[in-house]
Amino acid sequence: MNKEWPIWEVFIRSKNGLEHRHCGSLHAADAEMAIQNARDVYTRRQEGVSVWVVESKNITASNPTKNGEMFEPAADKVYRHPTFYVLPDEIKHM
Amino acid sequence: MLKERLYDYLLHLGDNSMILGQRLGELCGHGPELETDIALTNISLDLFGQVRNYFQAAAAIKGDGATEDSIAMLRYENEYKNTLLVEQPNDDFAHVIVRQFLFDVYHQLLLKELMSSKDETIAAVATKSIKEVNYHVGFSSTWLKRLGDGTEVSHDKMQEAVNKLWRYSLELFKPTDTEIWAAESGVGADLDQLKPIYLEKIKMFMDEATLGLPEATVFQYGAKSGRHSENMGYILADFQYIQRAYPNMKW
Amino acid sequence: MENKTLSLDDQFQERIDRGENIEAKDWMPEKYRKTHIRQISQHGHSEIIGMLPEGNWISRAPSLRRKVALLAKVQDEAGHGLYLYSAAETLGISRDELMEQLNSGKAKYSSIFNYPTVSWADMGAVGWLVDGAAIINQVMLTKTSYGPYARAMVRICKEESFHQRQGYEIMLSLCNGAGVQKAMAQDALNRWWWPSIMMFGPRDEESPNTEQSMKWKIKKKTNDELRQQFVDQTVPQAEILGLSIPDKDLKWNEERGHYDFGIIDWEEFWNVVKGNGLMNEKRLKDRNAAWDEGQWVRNAALAYSEKQVERKAKKIA
Repeated sequence: MNKEWPIWEVFIRSKNGLEHRHCGSLHAADAEMAIQNARDVYTRRQEGVSVWVVESKNITASNPTKNGEMFEPAADKVYRHPTFYVLPDEIKHM
Repeated sequence: MLKERLYDYLLHLGDNSMILGQRLGELCGHGPELETDIALTNISLDLFGQVRNYFQAAAAIKGDGATEDSIAMLRYENEYKNTLLVEQPNDDFAHVIVRQFLFDVYHQLLLKELMSSKDETIAAVATKSIKEVNYHVGFSSTWLKRLGDGTEVSHDKMQEAVNKLWRYSLELFKPTDTEIWAAESGVGADLDQLKPIYLEKIKMFMDEATLGLPEATVFQYGAKSGRHSENMGYILADFQYIQRAYPNMKW
Repeated sequence: MENKTLSLDDQFQERIDRGENIEAKDWMPEKYRKTHIRQISQHGHSEIIGMLPEGNWISRAPSLRRKVALLAKVQDEAGHGLYLYSAAETLGISRDELMEQLNSGKAKYSSIFNYPTVSWADMGAVGWLVDGAAIINQVMLTKTSYGPYARAMVRICKEESFHQRQGYEIMLSLCNGAGVQKAMAQDALNRWWWPSIMMFGPRDEESPNTEQSMKWKIKKKTNDELRQQFVDQTVPQAEILGLSIPDKDLKWNEERGHYDFGIIDWEEFWNVVKGNGLMNEKRLKDRNAAWDEGQWVRNAALAYSEKQVERKAKKIA
């Protein structure tokens, strides 16, 4: 039985100073090939100055059915945001 | 005289890249994976980019209405100066990789020398192209290893391709009169000096790939001075088709 | 509280109605998943088969400039196939399965690619008309509900923008050229016009999936709306070229604010869909050959990678 090349996720830094961002995935037999393929597939128009690849199976993702308990509790913590605090009008920037 | 030599040398440089680029172009859509199709097309595009640089310079020397396209497409077969190696067909992926690898290693050594060419245009093209070709060497040498040291089937196919293509390799280093002129005048590379480095590098990569070079090879020469293999006519039939069938038109 | 009384299907529909995107690991109705696998993979297959009719002219391009542009375009199509397959793979189908569906003839792809490319002008017409039609569809799909599909479309649309211009420029050169060149361009338009407007699919009343697709925001406009948009934008472009569109019923309708056009030969459409186009067999044969002849390469690369892992492990031990 023939096996297929594993899937890799590709992250590209578009220029120094910016973070790597996920831009897509591809197939490659090994890490070296994944980097080469990522360069050829995702940076043909100078989209990047740095590439990360990670085999998809190595990514642990949160479970969307638990989004309620994961993310909603942060919603009412308004005191984490600067607009929660009242300052006199004279102070323009803080 | 000097101008003619320089013109001729530019054709030597451009024709290898052009015919190899053409061969790779034939593969687009027919590779073993989408990713490899994209990679080989990138190499083809790099090569055609170099060709255009060389031929635009050649057209300026020739004058008389010459263009990159008239130089690329309107010569007779025996006026093309590419080697036998690059006109070999895409028999299978093993042949594609071995052909590419044997050319890339030469190409890299050549361009390193040309970066300090006394001709400014050639030096500039070489300086731009060396980065592309460094990548090509990385690509073809890792594939050489993967397939040479992959499965029994892939090893055999690769060895067969090496056995078949190795005989065309040394033509790259057998200088024509123009190449001797180029080396002596500081415009081009001294191929005699590059040859031992080439042989050493090839051997090293082949060892890593668990492949061997055939012994007692009868090397083939002649294409650089216009004596091509039967492949060339068919390549040109495609390559020149429109320019020949509809002369003097703009596209 | 109200949410609890809603079925999963209804909750899902509510999310779509609110304009939320659906992501790969989210719950989705089985039919939504299946429909997407089918549509995204068909779209991907079309890109991959679409490489062949244009790849046919790479070797014969008339100038170096045209050759590199065409190479880059066909290469983009491989990329687009790859992006789309990746999006389909998030729904639980593998690359191998996708290829198998394409190669066995089980899956469909855009019928337009079963027409032959017989002259250089076809590279112009395909870029101008076929890519032009495709872009209309693809721009709509950047807003589709399934996240990975929408993101692939955004990337594709960005890259496609040169494809149509590339084609139109070829047509323009031909139309400004010698008589034989202009005739070549007209001939290409004659052959590609009707297949291009068929690309939007059957008429709305014969398109049973449209309603569900609109509900799930896979589609935001109907086939006929998109087709009309294409005709309206293309007619003036043909006028600039000085070419005539091969439809005697084509005329501006002041009242509708659109062009009226003639009746499409749906028999031809279905014939080609069913595999009776001039190039159906050849296209599939080429893809099968590429895939089958590549099997040993894919196997070897994987075997090499496994060997490397073993060797590393041995070194450590």
